[in-house]
Amino acid sequence: MSTTTTSRTRGPLTGRATPVRRARRRVLSDAWLYATIALIVVFCILPFYWMIVSSLKGPRDILDNQLIPWHPTLVNYQAVFGGQNTFGLALKNSGVIAGSVTVVALVLGVSASYALARLTFRAKNTILAAFLATSMFPGVAILTPLFQLFANFGWIDTYQAMIIPDISFALPLGIWILTSFFRELPWELEEAARIDGCTRLQAFRRVLLPLAMPGVFTTAILVFIAAWNEFMIANSMSQTPVSQPVTVAIAQFSGISQFDQPFGTQMAAGVIVTVPLVIVVLVFQRKIVSGLTAGGLKG
Amino acid sequence: MSTHTGTMRTTRDARTRRTSRTARPNEARLAFWLVVPAMMVLTVIIGYPIGEAMVRSLYGDTIGGTAPFVGLSNYVSALVGTNSQEFWASAGATYLFAGVTVTMETLIGFGMALVMTRAFRGRGLMRASVLVPWAIPTAVTAVLWKWSFDPAGIINAVTGSHIIWTGSEWPSRTAIIIADTWKTSPFIALLILAGLQIIPDEVYEAAKIDGASAWQRFRLITLPLVRPALLVAVLFRLLDALRMYDLPAILTNGANGTTTLSILVVRATLSQLKPGYGGALSTLTFVFIFLTAYAFVRALGVHVVGRSEK
Repeated sequence: MSTTTTSRTRGPLTGRATPVRRARRRVLSDAWLYATIALIVVFCILPFYWMIVSSLKGPRDILDNQLIPWHPTLVNYQAVFGGQNTFGLALKNSGVIAGSVTVVALVLGVSASYALARLTFRAKNTILAAFLATSMFPGVAILTPLFQLFANFGWIDTYQAMIIPDISFALPLGIWILTSFFRELPWELEEAARIDGCTRLQAFRRVLLPLAMPGVFTTAILVFIAAWNEFMIANSMSQTPVSQPVTVAIAQFSGISQFDQPFGTQMAAGVIVTVPLVIVVLVFQRKIVSGLTAGGLKG
Repeated sequence: MSTHTGTMRTTRDARTRRTSRTARPNEARLAFWLVVPAMMVLTVIIGYPIGEAMVRSLYGDTIGGTAPFVGLSNYVSALVGTNSQEFWASAGATYLFAGVTVTMETLIGFGMALVMTRAFRGRGLMRASVLVPWAIPTAVTAVLWKWSFDPAGIINAVTGSHIIWTGSEWPSRTAIIIADTWKTSPFIALLILAGLQIIPDEVYEAAKIDGASAWQRFRLITLPLVRPALLVAVLFRLLDALRMYDLPAILTNGANGTTTLSILVVRATLSQLKPGYGGALSTLTFVFIFLTAYAFVRALGVHVVGRSEK
C-alpha cells in the first residue's frame, strides 16, 4: 500500500493514482463488503427468523403471517418438553450419537487420509474411487438389508445401530476432504521433525496436524451436523424413546392439542435443536481459519 | 474415481519414486493398516446392502412364496417397458434439480466463502449465521418451507403474489430449488472457506505489489489454489443432489413433475413392497450417479492424489 511501488522497475498493471483516490476506493470497497455481509446474513437468517417467530405464536395466531409475534407465548416450547414428549432424553441421545460419530469418523478418516496423501502404495486412486462410490447408492436401498443385519445382531434400539451407519455416511466425504487437505501440507516438516528424533506419529501429531486444523475442524462440523440431523436410519433403528434422537422425536410430535397441526411445536423443536449447533460453530469457528498461519510457518 | 487412468498414474508414480527414493515396503504395510478400518466399516455397512439390493433386483415381486428369478426384466421394465415413462420423467427431474441447485449453491457458496475469509468485526457471528440453514434438520426445514409456500403462507403474503406454489409443475420445482439452495449453500461455503485458508497471505501481498487487480488475484491465485477443495465440495454436493429425497417428498410428495429417482426407489421399496423392482431402480440410480461423477472427474481433472510427486 505504500508509494514505493512506483519506484520499482515493474510498474503496476493497472493505473492506480493518488493516495486520496486509493483511500476513497478503500472506503467504497468496505461499504461493498458490509453490504455483501448484510445480504448474506439476511439470506441465511430470514427463514430461521420466520421459524422463531412461528414458534412464539399460539395456535390462534400461527396462520396470521404477522412478521412480528405481537402476542408471544411459550406454549409451543412447553409442548416440546411437556406431556408425553420425551424431548430432553432425545436431545441427550442425539448428542451421544453425533458426538461418537464425529470422534470415530475423524480418527478413521484422518488415518486413512494420512495414508492416501502421504504414503506410497498401489491402487490409491482405486481406493479413493471406492470410497466415493459408497456415496452413490440411494440411502433407502441400504436401509432394509441393514435393518435385517442389525436385527440379527440384536442391535435394534441401540446407539450403535445408528452410530455405525452414520460413520459410514460421513467417512467418504471426510476422507476426500482430509486427503485433499493433507496433500497441500508442507511435508518437508515431517522429515525435519523425524531427523530431530520424532517418531512418525509424533511428527504428524505435533507438527503437521496443527497445520491441517482448518480441514479437520471443517470435517468435524460437517460430520457432527450431518449425524445430528440424520433421520431415515434413526427412524427405523430406534424403536423406543430410550434411543430416539431428536429428529425422530420431532417427527412424532402430536402438538399442543390433539387436533392441532403441530407446526408451531415442530418449529419450536427446530429452534431448540438448531441453537446448540450454532453455539458449537461459534466456539469452533476460530479453528476453521487458523491452520497455516497458526503454525507459525507459511508457504 | 478414474480407475483406468488412476492405476496407470499410480504405477507411473511408483516407478519414478522407486528410482528416486529407496523402496519402502513398510510404508505399504502401514498404509494397509491405516486404510483397512475405514474400508471394513464401509464394506459391511454400505457394500453388503448394495450387493444385496443388486442381487434382489434380479428377482420378481410376488406376494408370498419365494421370488422367482427374472433376470434383467426389472431393468427392462424401468428403462423401456411399462414403467419407462415414469422412470425417465423422474430421471429428468432429478438432473434438473441437481444441475440448477448445484450451480447456484456453488456460486452463492463461493461468494459466502470469499466474504467469510476476510477479517472484519463480528465475523465469528457471521460464520455461525451462515451455517444456520445447514444446521436445521432437513425434516424441520421442509416443514418450514411447506408452510411458507402455502397459498396463504408467508411467501405469498410478503411478495403480494397469489401463486399456488405446490399446485403445478414449475412453481413446485421453483419452490424445491429455492429451499434446497438456501439449505445447502453453506455446505459448499464452509468447504471452500477451509480451502481458502491454505493460501498464504504473502502470495496475495506479492501480487498486490506487482499491481494485480482484485479480479486478476482471484482468477490467477484464488481459483487455481482453491480448486482441489472446490472440486471435492461440488463433487459431493452433486452426489447428494442426485439422491435428493426429503425436500420434494415433504414439499410436494413428488407431485407435478417433482418425483426424483430416490422418491421412486422409496415408493417401490416401502409403499409398493416391490423389493426386486426397487433394487433395480436403486442400481440404476447408482449407475447414473457413477457415470455422472466419472464424467465430472474426467472433465475437470479431480486429482486428489493423482498429481505426480516432486
